[in-house]
Amino acid sequence: MSRFNKQRNILDFTLSSLLRRRTKNSALVIVYTLIVFSLASVLFFTQAIKKEACIVLQNSPEIIVQRIVAGRHDLLPADYIDTIRAIRGVQSAKGRLWGYYFEPAAGANYTLMVSEEPGVEVGRIVIGQGVSRTIHANRADIVPFRRYDGSYTSFEVSDILSSESELVSSDLVLISESDFREMMGIRGEYVTDAAVYAKNKRELFMIADKIKRILPDTRPITKDEILRTYEAIFDWRGGILLVILSGAVIAFVILAWDKASGLSSDERREIGILKGIGWETSDVIAMKFWEGAVISLSSFSLGIILAYIHVFFASSALFEPALKGWSVLYPEFRLVPHMDPLQIATLFFLTVVPYTVSTIVPSWRAATIDPDTVMRL
Amino acid sequence: MIFHPAIMALLVGSLLVTLMLLYSSYYGVQVIRKWDIKSGSELQLCLERRTYLVSIIMSYMLFFQLASFYLFIFTADAIHATFVSAMCAAGSLNVNEYGYPAVIIKMVNFLFAGTWLIINYADNRAYDYPLIKKKYLLLLVITPLMVAEFIVQGAYFIGLKANVITSCCGSLFSTDAEGIASEIAALPRLPMKIAFYLSTALTLASGMYFCLRSDWSGYVFSFLSIATFVVSVAAMISFISLYFYELPTHHCPFCILQKDYGFIGYLLYIALFGGAVSGLGTGALMPFRKIQSLSQIVPSIQRRLAFTALILYFLFTVVVTYRMIFSDFILEGY
Amino acid sequence: MIELSDIRKVFNSGKPNEFVAIDGITLSVERDKVLVLKGPSGSGKTTLLSVIGCMARPTSGRITLSGKEITSLPERFLTEIRRKSFGFVFQQFNLIKGITAMENVILPAYPTGEGFSVLKKRALSLLELFDLSERAFSKVEWLSGGEAQRVSIARALVNDPSVIIADEPTAHLDTKLSKDFMEIIGKLKVRRKTIIIASHDPIVYESAAVDRVLEMRDGRILSRATRQ
Repeated sequence: MSRFNKQRNILDFTLSSLLRRRTKNSALVIVYTLIVFSLASVLFFTQAIKKEACIVLQNSPEIIVQRIVAGRHDLLPADYIDTIRAIRGVQSAKGRLWGYYFEPAAGANYTLMVSEEPGVEVGRIVIGQGVSRTIHANRADIVPFRRYDGSYTSFEVSDILSSESELVSSDLVLISESDFREMMGIRGEYVTDAAVYAKNKRELFMIADKIKRILPDTRPITKDEILRTYEAIFDWRGGILLVILSGAVIAFVILAWDKASGLSSDERREIGILKGIGWETSDVIAMKFWEGAVISLSSFSLGIILAYIHVFFASSALFEPALKGWSVLYPEFRLVPHMDPLQIATLFFLTVVPYTVSTIVPSWRAATIDPDTVMRL
Repeated sequence: MIFHPAIMALLVGSLLVTLMLLYSSYYGVQVIRKWDIKSGSELQLCLERRTYLVSIIMSYMLFFQLASFYLFIFTADAIHATFVSAMCAAGSLNVNEYGYPAVIIKMVNFLFAGTWLIINYADNRAYDYPLIKKKYLLLLVITPLMVAEFIVQGAYFIGLKANVITSCCGSLFSTDAEGIASEIAALPRLPMKIAFYLSTALTLASGMYFCLRSDWSGYVFSFLSIATFVVSVAAMISFISLYFYELPTHHCPFCILQKDYGFIGYLLYIALFGGAVSGLGTGALMPFRKIQSLSQIVPSIQRRLAFTALILYFLFTVVVTYRMIFSDFILEGY
Repeated sequence: MIELSDIRKVFNSGKPNEFVAIDGITLSVERDKVLVLKGPSGSGKTTLLSVIGCMARPTSGRITLSGKEITSLPERFLTEIRRKSFGFVFQQFNLIKGITAMENVILPAYPTGEGFSVLKKRALSLLELFDLSERAFSKVEWLSGGEAQRVSIARALVNDPSVIIADEPTAHLDTKLSKDFMEIIGKLKVRRKTIIIASHDPIVYESAAVDRVLEMRDGRILSRATRQ
């Protein structure tokens, strides 16, 4: 009980002296918060975007087969699909038709896709939220498209996709097969690529291997491979940004060290008095510990809250260009809020641990002021 | 090397703590060579002041070890998707030969840091600091271990290459694969259960005996509590995990830390680690009961430690047993 | 009650600027008496006070407090003894600015782990003793010199020590306040406190409350004058 009281007394005193030195401490808290905020924004953003990518992949086929001609992705002859279907262990193989369409007026790229589920009637399209916003198109509006030969055609918007995950469907335009072929000039015996499903998930790797051997000019890509690549790319991007930000962290640590070691004469006097009137070195160390804990805790939580708002409610205004970087279409997209203990722990290790380490020696030095200095003040 | 933010966090943290320990060791050597409590010389006063610094560093290190253990496991789990067929942390750790050694050395360092702080706590209560040289010798043992941890952990992360085919925990800990981990899984379950309950029962009994008598049985208790720690970890892989996952072949000791299992793993591992440190600390203090300035202090510290270890081991056993009884999963059916 | 034998305190030992502050002092401080150390500045009074008050360890020599040897105790234990046995009154009062008189008074008791409400009650009764009840919740920078002095005496008494140590307590007080201070010392003596004062102020060492005056110069004790 008395040990608890002692810590409470010391904490009380620490809080009151922190408040007495408001200006000095608030500068430190502001910088600290800013550092946590930047790092947390990067982490939250990369994690969230990775999550979005995983959602995209949920609906992606187990294996995608592309044809490679002269080292480039080319249209896949439809009869390849029969060959693939004949491989043992393949449950189904379907040709897919999709492509990109550049809309010069909006300056944006759409993803055009032939969809079987839900089917789209000839002469109609279903569009994503992003497309709808960019060209101000709503249900029953007529939207013009340019054909491959330069002539124009138009479609009626029959529906707009729900916004469950905007990043996925924002730029999507769903279209019927005959309209797609006619618009893009793709003949009936070709498809964009093939989606393959296996009876047994464990055989995926084997099936991909077989496809590669039977059809040497194809490239089978498994869903796992895409997932791994995404993981690696997003982790890498986040990591690189952190490396860039590490300069800021180091600057912050130097600041913290400097603040902690450059005791003002006022503080020195105070610690001298405390030691003179009967505080022990470890009591002063405890005071310094509480001081650091209060500063860290408030800056850390404040930084995280701000970053959370920044990433999930303010569309990461500050980092978007650096991190997203593969398309320009998504003007208003919002990430699904998400935060996990790993991120918090990572942030803790990147900010609180360096801060604490940088203050250990200075606070020990402050705490070991001779008690008899008080006699010479 | 994979550029995952958490990996960088671990490396930075480990580097900082290692540097702090090297710094303390420098003064540790001075203390061992020059310490003279009777002297009022400026050197002695200066060394006495340094001991405060080393105490702070070690307290932070203990906290860091615990946090970094969890972060390490968490990270291994988070990066599993980067490796073909690694399904959780167990698979990621198996990507190269440094993964499991890193886990083990982290546990060892945690136990050492805890023991050091216990000895330090006792020593600081005796007016003549009787254990000062011993504890600084121990510090000189811990420092190289921490350096080793930094190197092994670094080697593990640097050796990671995405897309390397590894075994997932399904096959790593399944009974027909080879290696240490799978040997534990292969330990027959019934004898494993008997060993677990027997060692726990013996530890609890010797602990209670020691709490009452406070005699040489402390050595027995300390030894048993470390044995129980090892047996419990083995039991975790062998059969306890099965009841939590309700899968007959999933032996992974790490997945239990995940949200899917209500973070129950934290409770279990904190109980286990806490019990091991308290038990080890009880034994570490045994030789010092005869020192005059400590004779009043050590027995009461030991009793508190033993009591803590008893509570924690008991908690662990209760949670595990509760799960075994009330789980829908029936192991004997498989 | 306090026995010093052959105490030396050397600063910067072994260096060119080596300085012997106390040079072999042997002294015995009696219980419940008022002892004054008198001498010019630099004579080693303050250093001797800090050695007696367990603030600094002597370079050599032995000190016993109530029969217990405390010379080689580490700071951790020395501080505990100091907190229980000694109360200090400093030349500059050394109150902490920005907090109230009452908070200043209880500061030495924080590490003892007593509850805040208990401490507050004790501080208020001490302040009442020195006619400072109305000033208890004023910030210390608003206090007059005499009030600040009394707050610092109250602070010295909060852990109920048996010895009060005062270093040049009247240096910043006018004649009247200095006399008031010595009156308080007289009262404390009646309350069975042992008092050690370092001062070169005649008001202090000629005061009727003083039992014994020692004159110091160059780290040694010159004369022994005991008055009744």
